[in-house]
Amino acid sequence: MSTNNTASTELDFNTPAAKRHRNIRALKDKVASTGIAFGGISVIVAILLIFFYLLYEVAPLFQSASIERWTENDEQVAPYTAPGAGKTLYLTMEEQAEIGFRVTDAGEMVFFNTRNGDVILQKMAEIPEGATVTSFALASEYSGIFALGFSNGQVQVFKHKYRSTYPNGVRVITPFLEYPLGTEPFQLSEEAVEVLALNGSEEEWTLIGGQHSKLTATDISLSENLITEEIEADTSAYALPDMNIPANKLLLMPDRRWMMISGEGSKLGIVDMKAAGGPKVSQLIEATSGNITSFELLLGGNSLLISDDKGRTSQWFLVRNADNEWVMTQVRSFENGNSPIDFISIEHRRKGFVTVSETGNLSFYNTTAERNSLSAAVAKGNVEMIALSPRSNALLVEQDGKLMLWAIHNEHPEISWSALWEKVWYEGYEEPEFTWQSSASTNDFEPKYSLMPLAFGTLKAAFYAMLLGTPLAICGAIYTAYFMVPAMRRKVKPFIELMEALPTVILGFLAGLWLAPFMEVNLAGIFITLLFLPAAIIGFAYAWSCAPKAVRYLIPDGWDAALLVPVIILATMFSFWVAPGIEEMLFGTEMRYWVSQELGIPYDQRNALVVGIAMGFAVIPTIFSITEDAIFAVPKHLSYGSLALGATPWQTLVRVVMPTASPGIFSAVMIGMGRAVGETMIVLMATGNTPIMDVNIFEGMRTLAANIAVEMPESEVGSTHFRILFLAAFVLFLFTFMVNTLAELVRQRLRKKYGSL
Amino acid sequence: MRQSFSEWTKSGAPWVWLNAGAVAICLIMVVGLLSLIAVRGLGHFWPADIVQTTYVDNGHSTRLIGERVQTQDVPVEQLSDSGIKVTEGVETMQRTLMKVGNRDHGGTDFIWVLDAFMQDSSKPDMLFAAERREWGNFYGYLRSIKEDGKEVAAHQGYDRSAEYEALWNQFQQRIERALNIHDQIKDIEKGQIGSINYELERLRLKERSLQLKEVTDSARYQAIDDRRAELNAEYESLQGTLLDLYTAFNRDSITAEISSGKIVEFKVASVVRAFLPNEMGIGGKIGHYFAKIWEFLSDDPREANTEGGIFPAIYGTVLMVIIMSVLVTPFGVVAAVYLREYAKQGFITRVIRIAVNNLAGVPSIVYGVFGLGFFVYFLGGHVDDLFFPEAKPAPTFGTPGLMWASITLALLTVPVVIVATEEGLTRIPRAIREGSLALGATKFETLIKIVIPMASPAIMTGVILAIARAAGEVAPLMLVGVVKLAPSLPLDGNYPFLHLDQKFMHLGFHIYDVGFQSPNVEAARPLVYATALLLVAVIAALNLSAIQIRNHLREKYKALEM
Repeated sequence: MSTNNTASTELDFNTPAAKRHRNIRALKDKVASTGIAFGGISVIVAILLIFFYLLYEVAPLFQSASIERWTENDEQVAPYTAPGAGKTLYLTMEEQAEIGFRVTDAGEMVFFNTRNGDVILQKMAEIPEGATVTSFALASEYSGIFALGFSNGQVQVFKHKYRSTYPNGVRVITPFLEYPLGTEPFQLSEEAVEVLALNGSEEEWTLIGGQHSKLTATDISLSENLITEEIEADTSAYALPDMNIPANKLLLMPDRRWMMISGEGSKLGIVDMKAAGGPKVSQLIEATSGNITSFELLLGGNSLLISDDKGRTSQWFLVRNADNEWVMTQVRSFENGNSPIDFISIEHRRKGFVTVSETGNLSFYNTTAERNSLSAAVAKGNVEMIALSPRSNALLVEQDGKLMLWAIHNEHPEISWSALWEKVWYEGYEEPEFTWQSSASTNDFEPKYSLMPLAFGTLKAAFYAMLLGTPLAICGAIYTAYFMVPAMRRKVKPFIELMEALPTVILGFLAGLWLAPFMEVNLAGIFITLLFLPAAIIGFAYAWSCAPKAVRYLIPDGWDAALLVPVIILATMFSFWVAPGIEEMLFGTEMRYWVSQELGIPYDQRNALVVGIAMGFAVIPTIFSITEDAIFAVPKHLSYGSLALGATPWQTLVRVVMPTASPGIFSAVMIGMGRAVGETMIVLMATGNTPIMDVNIFEGMRTLAANIAVEMPESEVGSTHFRILFLAAFVLFLFTFMVNTLAELVRQRLRKKYGSL
Repeated sequence: MRQSFSEWTKSGAPWVWLNAGAVAICLIMVVGLLSLIAVRGLGHFWPADIVQTTYVDNGHSTRLIGERVQTQDVPVEQLSDSGIKVTEGVETMQRTLMKVGNRDHGGTDFIWVLDAFMQDSSKPDMLFAAERREWGNFYGYLRSIKEDGKEVAAHQGYDRSAEYEALWNQFQQRIERALNIHDQIKDIEKGQIGSINYELERLRLKERSLQLKEVTDSARYQAIDDRRAELNAEYESLQGTLLDLYTAFNRDSITAEISSGKIVEFKVASVVRAFLPNEMGIGGKIGHYFAKIWEFLSDDPREANTEGGIFPAIYGTVLMVIIMSVLVTPFGVVAAVYLREYAKQGFITRVIRIAVNNLAGVPSIVYGVFGLGFFVYFLGGHVDDLFFPEAKPAPTFGTPGLMWASITLALLTVPVVIVATEEGLTRIPRAIREGSLALGATKFETLIKIVIPMASPAIMTGVILAIARAAGEVAPLMLVGVVKLAPSLPLDGNYPFLHLDQKFMHLGFHIYDVGFQSPNVEAARPLVYATALLLVAVIAALNLSAIQIRNHLREKYKALEM
């Protein structure tokens, strides 16, 4: 042992170099631990970030609006005297809310700085000698075209416009007035124009006005003089018959067919200007329970808003009834306590409006969402006028000759629970419906953000996929795990699992370009195959069991599947071969025509059946693999015991193995469904992507996932549409995550159970 | 042994057989699908014979020249409904889809014709097919060759002759010459002029950046101007060369007789390849077949992606996948090592494990949405503000591109790598770790020297599976960076060589785009099948290698456990 001692004295572990080395190693270890912990946690956080980021993008949809006094350079903009003399007839702002515009009954038209009231441009209407301004009409906020009626029966039309220039990189907005219908006033009536309405587009315009119960109309068509390039108006005037309602206010829809008259109390008259035999009142309605206080057209000019002195505002539009007549119908109403409503101001870009009550309370509404996104007090007592800026981010309030500027934050008023998930009565529709239509070419379009058709389409696609995929996958897994010979199982399982890696874009492309046209021609063949195949398999099996032993013993047990391959191929070919004959016999024509003509079921080439087959194909490997594992993992002694007691293999499987493995099968189906719900490419390519709600197997659908893929690239960042697509993604995320978690928990419990067996 | 049917049913045997049937159906479906893709995809490159036939319809007889693409039976009613006079007493008639080409002369290049109306079908040796850079294929009889508008050789008649052979050979030579010039032109246009334009753009950005930083040093501006003048001069001289090349390129033209009997003229420059399919022997056809496959794999697409090759798509896919795997491997492994080796095992790790596992099941489009919102608009927007203010308002990283696509896919596949690595780590027997620790190694040394090498096959499996998944994923890429046609490759000779901000082409998206957004689906379809076949082959190869590695790994541990 002495040699050992000498060795240890020679080997000194505590030399400074060894110590340093150990320290470095310890340091390295520590650094690595921290690094790995940091790295690991940050990867996991990054993954979880998805959840929070989606939430972060979705959240603004459900934030309520807010309003505050406008601040400029950290200073609150103080109220200032309204520029121009007289009572306000019209108040509005331009795009950037930098310039305000006010028209008064003195005929003054003033452009002013909204921050301090400085006059930028002041114009007087050329009022004829001795006349006064007696009425005002606005075509639409969007067009900026308005008309003034004079006491001598003349009417003049104006348009306020703005031009932006960038001298030295600074934006300068210059306002100016235009005469879109020519500079000459129109002689609308003999006497004073007490009520006035104006509407039209481009070259065709109509003015209606006159006295309370004596109205005349003037149709104006414009043409440009080729030589002088001046606009020439061609007018044709005609008197309207007595409508029996003294008019307080007139409104004309942009199609110039329908005129609305608000009369005494709550009377509302609808005049069909193009009725056979001349204009006539088509409807006379008691519109509200109180007195009408404000009467406006919503953006687009198709909806009428009526508010009364009982705090109620209602939306009306024309709905075609069973007799194919247009009837002005009250669609929805908004209550605002009991204080009378003084004014309605219409949003310039959205289907929304603002009411202000006698007590100075302001309420923001959106008609589609039926939502009151904001209520706030902007003044004490009566206000004279309110005006929204085109972007709905600023509000001017006039009270006692003073103007006050407010800032509004109201990004997504068109979203509410009911707009997303309930039936909504959209403008121009005959009844409330679920509709997804996110964009159109016109500016005054009412976006229809009902997620129902998409959610329905998602579930429909998943349902048909599961209908086809689940039985095949589970039955296949049962056989592979329990009956198949190990040699074959080792080949079959990886092969089917390989299918899982098959890109879905390929399945989608085959479904869309090969299967869909094929099915259109061979629809009967496919159905006959579905029916005939099980029969053929059982028939063959029985025949096989009756075959002489010498033949049967050629193929050992567990190779049945291989034996069936030619049978299935032949049976399928046979089905397609007899299909035309059977089709002819049963339907007298091709099944596709029979379905669409005799049954009246619409047939799309790219339909739910195609999706079902293609997506069923995609979920088979997922379900197969997990089910197979679950069944194979059932302890063998359980089935041996059962078999030893005399049960047949099938009885053992159904009574012993399946109950034990059922949680595993359940989780397999759940995971398969998660995959079917989120699948994008197959649905995108194999359906027509029309957002309809119909369980019909011969029609297509649009799913949440496909909708995101189609619309996301075109969506404007930060817009309501953009956030709704995020919401769709979030819904998908939550749904699949929860389904998968459930499946995973079930699977873990199952594993524990096997452990105890 | 004869059993009664009811007895046989009672034993449950029919159910067993039905289950067996389900497996068989699954197998048949997979094999059928793969062979469908393979047959259609590979068949496309085989040179089809050109048929000439007289088509008699309502007493009108016209000559038809084209390739047979597909035949099918149609019910007679359908035909008579559309106003076609049909043969009495038959239920269905056969019709054929003919590819008649000559889109510049006939309008459509595919037509359906009824077989019964076709008379005197033949396959004349002299019929030639030409693939062109635009207007699709041309079919007809070669009549003459012109040089600078003057006829240099001509031939009439429909039979083979020495004169004709000479004409054809000359045609081939001239195509060869035009192709050479075309290569030179392409080299100048894409390569040299492309580089000049790229550098000019960089100079512009440099100048703008100096202006933004309010640098007043005029020497630096001068340097930029000098370089710009230099480049412009170079550009001018290249333009001159190009002009000459184009004149030479457009020198030759040919005239040919098309099916209607009209003589039409077109430039040799527009021809990519001309051949006589009816005259080709089997050897010639095989040669042609492989030449076409090579073209498919190595060439740029032509004619809105419906002709030519898919090289940029292969390139884009591979590059994206490489960048993705470079990102996903370290992160996935570190996360798995942390979860398995460093974190305290308990409720939290269990929850995280389930969450990570389930993220693999979250729809890929959700990752796409996240990538677009977070990476592209949020991160990309900030990166632009910080590092590329000179390019504004044009976004550099604030728009979908290669980098964001790779990162999004890395995020999508990181659960796969984590799960696979963890599995590998759990399989390593505890004794081995303890042995290493007992010998005095630190935990980190044990990890690096013992655990990771032993788990490396599992890591490899995970990475390969991740790659296979990433290569086939399309939905998220549609949001974060693929385009139908990228003007240049994301990796090229221009500094900084790898353009992470560029958009790229992708095989999967190519399938979607060409198959569904293409104006001429009929013409594009075979190409889509071929692309699909390539994608399937790549992914199957990746998966099979993953399975091989997994098996290999299992064998290795079997030995260890003993």
